[in-house]
Amino acid sequence: MPAVPVLRIGNVCGFWGDAPDAPLRLATQAPDLDVLTLDYLAEVSMSILARQRARHPELGYPRDFLDVIRSLAPLWSGGRRLKLVTNAGGLNPRGCASAVAAILREAGCKLRIAIVSGDDVLAQLCNRRESFQNLETAAALAKLADRLVSANAYLGAAPIVEALQGHADIVITGRLADPSLTVAPAAAHFGWNMSSDFDRIAGATIAGHLIECGQQVTGGISTDWLSLPDAADIGYPIAEIAADGSCVITKPPGTGGRVDQHAVKEQLLYEIGDPARYLSPDATVSFLTLGLSDDGPDRVRITSATGSAPPDSYKVSATYPAGWRAAATLTIIGRNAVAKAQRCGQVVRDRLRRQFSREPQEFIAECLGSGDAARGVLGQRDDLTEVVLRLGARDNDKSMIEYLARQIAPLVTSGPQGTTGYFDSRPEVREVFAYWPTLIERDWVKPLVEFLEV
Amino acid sequence: MRIRLGDIAHARSGDKGSAANIGVIARSAAAYAYLDRALTPDAVAAFLSNLNSEISVSRSLPIIRYALPNLRAFNFVLPTALAPGGSLSLRSDAQGKALGQILLEMPLEAPDDTCGAGFQPARTKAG
Repeated sequence: MPAVPVLRIGNVCGFWGDAPDAPLRLATQAPDLDVLTLDYLAEVSMSILARQRARHPELGYPRDFLDVIRSLAPLWSGGRRLKLVTNAGGLNPRGCASAVAAILREAGCKLRIAIVSGDDVLAQLCNRRESFQNLETAAALAKLADRLVSANAYLGAAPIVEALQGHADIVITGRLADPSLTVAPAAAHFGWNMSSDFDRIAGATIAGHLIECGQQVTGGISTDWLSLPDAADIGYPIAEIAADGSCVITKPPGTGGRVDQHAVKEQLLYEIGDPARYLSPDATVSFLTLGLSDDGPDRVRITSATGSAPPDSYKVSATYPAGWRAAATLTIIGRNAVAKAQRCGQVVRDRLRRQFSREPQEFIAECLGSGDAARGVLGQRDDLTEVVLRLGARDNDKSMIEYLARQIAPLVTSGPQGTTGYFDSRPEVREVFAYWPTLIERDWVKPLVEFLEV
Repeated sequence: MRIRLGDIAHARSGDKGSAANIGVIARSAAAYAYLDRALTPDAVAAFLSNLNSEISVSRSLPIIRYALPNLRAFNFVLPTALAPGGSLSLRSDAQGKALGQILLEMPLEAPDDTCGAGFQPARTKAG
């Protein structure tokens, strides 16, 4: 046991679609865990939720989360003290919280739920459309504003800290910077000052960054993945955070995977920009002062994070509809398989052009196996006797994509001999949403914390 | 000696909006010192320059390299490499998840002592 008191935070959901039984498994494997965090929201998740909410106004949040609550309810009704912090509120944190409350009430749990909202800035973007620029391209919002279906600011840890100081057991938020899910419980527990304890906040931000993608820090997607022990049961990560903001990343004993400096370094570098200025709404963090050391089997200690004040604006993720897409695969077996697959791609493209008198906005025919997915860099092979052909298109005209979806199966009878592997039914035609990042001044965003007693 | 980057380093890649990043971590101090000289943004750009149009490195030049000597690592940022962005792109690897694996295949002409003391080779067997 470590000599210093620590707060143990486990992340059990790295994305919407992660294993729904992971929260109960980790809670059971780690009986001394203090907090569970669950991250559901990727960049375009809000657009999917916006479409969902348009059909069912009471929704607009990932319903998978309700299964997680059902699975954990027996622990809480049995007296387990385990806090839960999540952005599962999506576009409708209040609706999510009332569904959670109904489940808990039925299970006989007496808990206090906090709801964090105020991240939805769609009205602001529409009303002040002249004030916003695309963060990447500097393009003006004006023309696009009427097409936006969602716009959410990445809030920081402060409203969650307020919720936890108000004795919330479960905190349900909308859009929030992922590491803030971890920073907030640590700041509330140790009583950090959110406007001055920037080194400590930086340390917890690092911890949050490391665990926010679940199994990616315990061996998942590591370069040396083939050597992982028991890859069928990779443990979910736990950050043991100390009062000074340093942490140990570990996983429950007896689980598969591996926590070593290799895995931790890879995840530190995952999806970052300038390592001297990692921007979060809680602090500007430098990775250049970090020290890593081994702390026993499957334990890596991370110390010496340094931080300074966060940017004076929040990042906003806005989305708008950008047409329709479909994609499907066929397997081509036999001599000249690559040439045959390429010809099949041309056939489908020709049929689209003849039917619509133009090309789709985007079309792809990848001969997977021949080097197409990384064309020109890794060895290109044209002498293969089996390839997978992946065909897809995107266009604003839904009927064009529906037409494409009907042109793939017929290749089984009209295409080259050896065309097979058409296992799935006709590919689904899906609406596509584009991502439009921008910044909004902090003063224009008002996070709101409300409580709901079960 | 002729090696591939993956002999002396490990990596991880992903997306941030329409940018991609590739983290490259040396497996020893000697490997880091060598890569500091050899793995320049221009060398990485030259290796990736043939990637087809969707992950268009030519469109994303210049590649930015950040050094993290405390981790014996580098972070390569490829601005707009994934344009029009993960949700729109039709490619199999729309989010740049495989760029790390691709870069580890980069051939290098390294001095014989590049691996150096404390070198930990890539693990391939379970355990």
